[in-house]
Amino acid sequence: MSTPPAPRGAWTGDVRALLALEWRRERRAPQVLPTMVLFSIGVFVLFRFGLQDGRVDGPLAAGVLLVTTLLAALLGIGRLWAAEEDEGGLDAFRLTPASASALVAAKALALWSFLLVLHLVAVPAFAFLLLRDGLDVGALPTVAGALVLCDLGIAVTGALVGSIAAAARSRELLVPLMAVPLLIPLIALASEALSPVLTSPQDVVEGRWWTALALYDGVFLLVSWAVSDGIVED
Amino acid sequence: MPPEAAPPTAGLAGPDRAAPAIVLDGLVRRRGERVVLREVSVIVPAGATVALLGPNGAGKSTLLRVLAGLMRPMGGVCRVLGHELPDGRHDLRGRVGYLAHEPMLYRDLTVRENLAHRARLLRVADPAGRVRELLEATDLVRRADFPVHALSRGLTQRTTAAATLLSDPELLLLDEPLANLDPSASARLGALLGPRPAVPAPASPGAGPAARPARTRVIAGHDPEAALAESDIVVGLRDGAVTLLATPDTVGPDQIAALYA
Repeated sequence: MSTPPAPRGAWTGDVRALLALEWRRERRAPQVLPTMVLFSIGVFVLFRFGLQDGRVDGPLAAGVLLVTTLLAALLGIGRLWAAEEDEGGLDAFRLTPASASALVAAKALALWSFLLVLHLVAVPAFAFLLLRDGLDVGALPTVAGALVLCDLGIAVTGALVGSIAAAARSRELLVPLMAVPLLIPLIALASEALSPVLTSPQDVVEGRWWTALALYDGVFLLVSWAVSDGIVED
Repeated sequence: MPPEAAPPTAGLAGPDRAAPAIVLDGLVRRRGERVVLREVSVIVPAGATVALLGPNGAGKSTLLRVLAGLMRPMGGVCRVLGHELPDGRHDLRGRVGYLAHEPMLYRDLTVRENLAHRARLLRVADPAGRVRELLEATDLVRRADFPVHALSRGLTQRTTAAATLLSDPELLLLDEPLANLDPSASARLGALLGPRPAVPAPASPGAGPAARPARTRVIAGHDPEAALAESDIVVGLRDGAVTLLATPDTVGPDQIAALYA
């Protein structure tokens, strides 16, 4: 007797079930979101008092916002995979016919959604605490677009790196060691896309940065898809 | 294989000698530099129950993990339910139930949520019905909505057993399955995790229950008396090597004593 072929839509069904599990766990015992939110607000408060005039704009503002996002995401990635290894979730998963790529995709979607929720809190806090002239309502679509693309890249790369580091004893060290070099180009691109609208008066955002951001996300989506089945194994 | 062990096919009077469920020939597994399993050779017929005995650190849990497809064999032949490992491990998914030392449950989720999630990923035909059935069988109905972290060790073990049985697997790999259980729960779970005969295909489609193979079991534990009573084959491991391979009726107290000496 051999295993029957996966039913149609099994992969998307598995991703939905795994994503729902992530949110249920986060609602039941909040860990990832509070960690990321508290860290981000803490960094903004430190910058508020650490910078000479307590205000930033332009490329510096974009850098502060995006680097804070990256560091908060690193905390989230570690937390997201910790339960899988510590509670045996990864072993339990590997005994099921579900594809490893479904697990990595669900982790990426979970992290992406957590980052988007983070930004709903962090961006207003950033504008209030640090942005020199506040955030113009007209700039919101551009800011949201740049952050959605940046968050997607961080989430996909983070899920991939997290899956590689999941079984390692030094997971907390491995995640930043692998993720930061991979994410530097993404942060640089997002900073270029974001800084014109954080400048006063606003500059025009060049389309090429958006294309480059989307390309980065696309490349890492493909890489994750291709390699995830091999890395969530012994 | 060490000199005192019998050849792999000897003494394996199982219920069904036709189709082996497990074929190990010279299986090797290392952890770093340390050899955890050395040249393990055993053939287990389908439907047989294997008692896996040995002192702590003998390699019993590692062998179970290799058979479950969670660890790669690093040498020799390892064939489980007709699939060569590691390449065929994906074909085993859902057909092997592994009850490990660790519960493999999400602590913040309830018993029911854990079982329902696992059933969904195992592609169980009627997940809610199967979960209900196993909650009743393991006497967990009253605790179904308790988070796992609030359960005692015995209740956690019962939840783990229910999770192991969700897909009604053909091969059960049980690592001390009755640990932490009171006598009543032990009897209940012992029956649930017990042998299950094959059901032949009905004469015509729909004329009877669907065909299913006999359940093969490998049980690791430290109670030789109980192990000998319910097994068809006894495998003794020491320092990763098979030092005892026999049928229970041929195993004497001196061999058990030598295994744990």
